[in-house]
Amino acid sequence: MFYIYCPHCEEHREEEEFHAVGQAHIPRPLDPESCSDKQWGEFLFFRDNPRGLHHELWVHAIGCRKFFNITRDTQTYEIKEVYKIGEKPTFTADVAVNAVESTT
Amino acid sequence: MQKYSGFGLLKHALSHHENWQRVWRNPVPKKKYDVVIVGGGGHGLATAYYLAKVHGITNIAVLEKGYLGGGNTARNTTIVRSNYLWDESAKIYEHSMKLWEGLSQDLNYNVMFSQRGVLNLGHTLQDMRDIQRRVNANRLNGIDGEILDPQQIKEIVPMMDCSDRPRYPIMGASWQPRGGVARHDAVAWGFARAADALGVDLIQQCEVVDFIIEEGTATGVMTKSHGVIEAGRIGCVTAGNSSVMAKMAGFKLPIESHPLQALVSEPIKPILDTVVMSNHVHGYISQSDKGDLVIGAGIDGYNGYGQRGSYHTIEHTVQAIVELFPVFSRVRMNRQWGGIVDTTPDACPIISATPVDNLFFNCGWGTGGFKATPGSGHVFAQTLAWGKASDMAKPFSMFRFHDGALIDEHGAAGVAH
Repeated sequence: MFYIYCPHCEEHREEEEFHAVGQAHIPRPLDPESCSDKQWGEFLFFRDNPRGLHHELWVHAIGCRKFFNITRDTQTYEIKEVYKIGEKPTFTADVAVNAVESTT
Repeated sequence: MQKYSGFGLLKHALSHHENWQRVWRNPVPKKKYDVVIVGGGGHGLATAYYLAKVHGITNIAVLEKGYLGGGNTARNTTIVRSNYLWDESAKIYEHSMKLWEGLSQDLNYNVMFSQRGVLNLGHTLQDMRDIQRRVNANRLNGIDGEILDPQQIKEIVPMMDCSDRPRYPIMGASWQPRGGVARHDAVAWGFARAADALGVDLIQQCEVVDFIIEEGTATGVMTKSHGVIEAGRIGCVTAGNSSVMAKMAGFKLPIESHPLQALVSEPIKPILDTVVMSNHVHGYISQSDKGDLVIGAGIDGYNGYGQRGSYHTIEHTVQAIVELFPVFSRVRMNRQWGGIVDTTPDACPIISATPVDNLFFNCGWGTGGFKATPGSGHVFAQTLAWGKASDMAKPFSMFRFHDGALIDEHGAAGVAH
């Protein structure tokens, strides 16, 4: 059970109030009509699904009903950070690699 | 391979069962194989077995990161059925069902396949319409199925609450008498033993860390423990880990990996002699031969590789089970675990060529792969032997997510996601 900080309510709430939407930062093609089937299919269905750091979209479904992003480790389930839509994550796969290198 | 029989059992009793042959060898891998299968779960082992048996290709290695059948094969709720809605999936699951029916004889290994029937309950008018549609579709495809009313359900499962009392009363069910359960570990062991007997090398503790790809063609795999192993063709059957494997090969899959949980109770006396599933209140339950109630939950909504999920998910499932079976309210639960399922957007598998030549993927079975174990192996073996998809595998190409020819099986897939 996750205990998730909603950046809009500015409170920690239990996971049951939230709904995981999936991978974050997937830009909708600006001109869908000019997409090939392959491009459109990749936008709709193909996902990174990493084992490790994952930026994902969540919605506070039975709370404020607003969307926000979480960076989470899909292996340990540790929530690294919560950030609002439009903000950039500070934990990224590159940063994690650098951190490991600097400690070893 | 030493053949198992009643006579053999008597013979070995004379030497206190100390001289049984090892069930499979533990070979050192060769430098090169005709086919390398990545992943030694049920589907991978079945693929190797049918490649050797049906297609005569015996120079095969199955590379397994952990131990054979230690992933989802050991973690599922062992339900076998073939009552899927669409022709494409009905065909492949029914193909699998027919293989199940002769599997113990075929493998000379008792997989304890028990056709005790599967009930899929309906709790709303829409559920009942869907059930009618699905049963009719099944019968048109030659798959057994019946629509039952609450009275008929009561005759099959007397202690289920079929009254108006529950929040979501049971309005009816679909019933597949040929469905049932099998012993999951025995399925992996049986396929492993039979494949080994045909000359397949089963290499355990051998993690594949990269694919060797030259000019868009896969020529081998890099392993952690045994270096490079060359391969004519490579079949990747790694379930929840498939996206990670695809990334090594340089492409993406339309797959998300989620935890799916199950739990078993303390062993109790025989009480439930069939399989009961409910999509609407979401729970499914059967009783194993050992006596424990085997209960499956829904998937956790977030992506995860941790082989564990959130507590509230199993809590919801147990609530549903107690609502259906008030008599189970004081049964204690013994163990609970999670597996990592590879879900696709249309709840149908991917048996497919990939953007890399000579590299094939069999994945995306999501929440319902166990029932398909023999069929999936049989069909994927054909794909690997021919280098292209057979008629049965064709609709399950990963490229259906480009052209839009999806096979929407969310209704029949049974597990909420």
